[in-house]
Amino acid sequence: MAREAAVSKEKSTGNGTADGAGAQHSLPDKDTCHAVLAKMMLIRRFEERAGEMYAKAKIGGFLHLCIGEEATIVGSTQAMRDTDYLLSTYREHGQAIARGTPPKTVMAELFGRVDGCSKGRGGSMHLFDMERRFLGGYGIVGGNLPLATGVALQCEYNGTEDAVVCMFGDGATNQGTFGESMNMAALWKLPVVFMVINNQFGMGTALERHSAVTDLSKKAEGYGVPGSRCDGMDVLDVHSATTEALRKAREDRQPQLLEAVTYRFRGHSMADPEEYRSKDEVEEWRRRDPIASFSKRLVDEEMFSEEDLEKLDQEAMATVDEAVQFADNSPFPDLDSLYDNLYVLGEQVRGWWSVDERSPEPHRGEREREAGRVPHELAEAGAAYAGVAEAQERKRRQRQADEEHGEGEGEHAADPRDVEGGGD
Amino acid sequence: MRYREALNQALREELEADERVFIMGEDIGVFQGAFKVTAGLLEEFGDKRVRDTPISENTIVGVGVGSAMAGLRPVVELMTINFALLALDQIVNHAAAIHYMFGGQAKVPLVVRMPQGGGHQLGPTHSHSLEAMFLHVPGLLVAVPSTAADAKGLLKAAIQDDNPVIFIEHEYLYGQRGEVPENGGPMRFGEAAVRREGSDVTVVGISRMAVTAERAAERLAHEHELEAEVIDPRTLRPLDLDTILESVKKTNRAVIVEEGWPHGGVGANLAALIQEQAFDYLDAPVARVTGADVPMPYSKPLEQAAFPHEEHVVQACLALFKDL
Ligand SMILES: Cc1ncc(C[n+]2csc(CCOP(=O)(O)OP(=O)(O)O)c2C)c(N)n1
Ligand SMILES: [Mg+2]
Repeated sequence: MAREAAVSKEKSTGNGTADGAGAQHSLPDKDTCHAVLAKMMLIRRFEERAGEMYAKAKIGGFLHLCIGEEATIVGSTQAMRDTDYLLSTYREHGQAIARGTPPKTVMAELFGRVDGCSKGRGGSMHLFDMERRFLGGYGIVGGNLPLATGVALQCEYNGTEDAVVCMFGDGATNQGTFGESMNMAALWKLPVVFMVINNQFGMGTALERHSAVTDLSKKAEGYGVPGSRCDGMDVLDVHSATTEALRKAREDRQPQLLEAVTYRFRGHSMADPEEYRSKDEVEEWRRRDPIASFSKRLVDEEMFSEEDLEKLDQEAMATVDEAVQFADNSPFPDLDSLYDNLYVLGEQVRGWWSVDERSPEPHRGEREREAGRVPHELAEAGAAYAGVAEAQERKRRQRQADEEHGEGEGEHAADPRDVEGGGD
Repeated sequence: MRYREALNQALREELEADERVFIMGEDIGVFQGAFKVTAGLLEEFGDKRVRDTPISENTIVGVGVGSAMAGLRPVVELMTINFALLALDQIVNHAAAIHYMFGGQAKVPLVVRMPQGGGHQLGPTHSHSLEAMFLHVPGLLVAVPSTAADAKGLLKAAIQDDNPVIFIEHEYLYGQRGEVPENGGPMRFGEAAVRREGSDVTVVGISRMAVTAERAAERLAHEHELEAEVIDPRTLRPLDLDTILESVKKTNRAVIVEEGWPHGGVGANLAALIQEQAFDYLDAPVARVTGADVPMPYSKPLEQAAFPHEEHVVQACLALFKDL
């Protein structure tokens, strides 16, 4: 219970108001409100469906949902220019969608299909869309901060007006890369906004159990990176704070740390039993649902009718339906493409790039297509295990759903403890 | 008993036996561990002995090294072997070097535990098998237990040993059951296990691949009338090369199976050792079956195609008899 007190204390120190949808910011024009709400709704519906598809074992590995964090994602990305860069974590479906990556290619990636935005190689944790300057979701906590600093260095180097937004969690502020990136960005005056999405937990570890300084906006001051804080449940507050942070980063060449105080409504990943927090705490935060509160305000101020909201939601669901259908119809990557994109191939690269020792006949990696029958058949023999594994996984998840409160791995959804023999 | 329970027991017994032993890692306490290996330990031993840490791999390991130099016996858990890459500085430049570089004045009785391995679609940042990287480093001991009994016996040994130990578990193995001797003590590092006797070909399986190798051997016997001798080295440093050489001298053929990458892999190393020590006994080149030489892809069929299964081991063994 001490935890909850800490949480609500933090809420009230935010720029945004603790309850209700940012009463201190007046509503923008109707088109903007429409766009913002539509995106938040789309992300919510997408995530809900992704969760369902995971239960059906259409999606493997880890699945981290951003439900509860939609205002943080949409409010901030809405403040970015199309030419700005975004880097995120493994909890990034919403970020990709907010930047314009078609939901169907995101879903196809989650399904591990060839039309996925990373061609099925990366999965949920590693989405990417170069065209939209979404430079990736990253599975290594804290791994993206140096990258973002490097992207910002490029902006500075080439004298462009582009800026970079780097999103990461409260838990990531404890990695060495956090301090090191802050220092270099400040030292070299790079146009980057570090946005810490403080959803109160790093996996099952609450903020005050993992960070000595719990006002995260202060955590980079000593490195020369000024911080500010916004109400991550209020899309308008996030938008205004990000706009200002981006302006300072872009125009004054002063990197910023922006903390969005929010909450993830779901577990860390799909099989998190959430024993580290109380149902009441979750309920408390759910009452501040960023979509419901923004919707309510739009209706209260008579910009939208209930029917308008309903229609937006229907559209979101239709888009998600389409995404699932598209993903389902997209094929798995060709087995012969296993070595594709391992190297940028050019005339200057001679010799053997790779050996595939799974087969008795060594061959040249990227040349696998020409490597003859044996390696191909062995790849097929390996892939054949996918069918076995999938059936087992479906059974396991079904059992877990049945148990309702079944124990899970939290981080590790595909629980190896239930795999008895076979299908390794 | 399951492999994860065997590990849990080893930790519990060592925590009980020695006040200096403590464990730390991300989400090992309140959350009970990402793979539940540490379940119940926080409750039993309290947060002085069972410490949740921030997400700071290099520093977690470094804190372990420092506390070990000063007399404690830390067991650090890293969630996945890929995250150990963030701690390579503390592992290689510090833990492994300190006893040597300071002329033997300080010891680093540290254990760093971590799981590895593919098959759960965790993609290119969470599913690799990197035992070869640690094997490369003088000053480290490296354990790769593949059964519940070995997991327990070797972990106890690791904690009691005065050297830094890289203790590599496997995500697939956590749920596997095996007999664990009642009141079993620590096992010795550097003693391979012969999992199956055979006279036609020696198959050395590393980590989970010891299990795959055993299954392949059964198929070879049933379907091809070949008797494979399956050896699980259990620890890579120290390595029980004698047992492997003895077997090769009997079978005259060797296949090494590992999940990791081929270049600079455990198999590459073992193949070199075997041909150096037993060249005259070999009737065929030493063969390797390894993971594909790519970052582990997410997509299920690609992932399954990217690490060895029984079929690959069977084929590799058969290929050694092709020209006879
Ligand atoms: C280097 C590294 N260590 C540990 C993990 C395992 N892990 C994945 S997410 C996570 C918690 C991260 O918390 P936070 O930064 O707050 O982000 P959130 O998940 O809350 O969005 C951990 C420990 C990892 N992926 N990478
Ligand atoms: Mg968090």
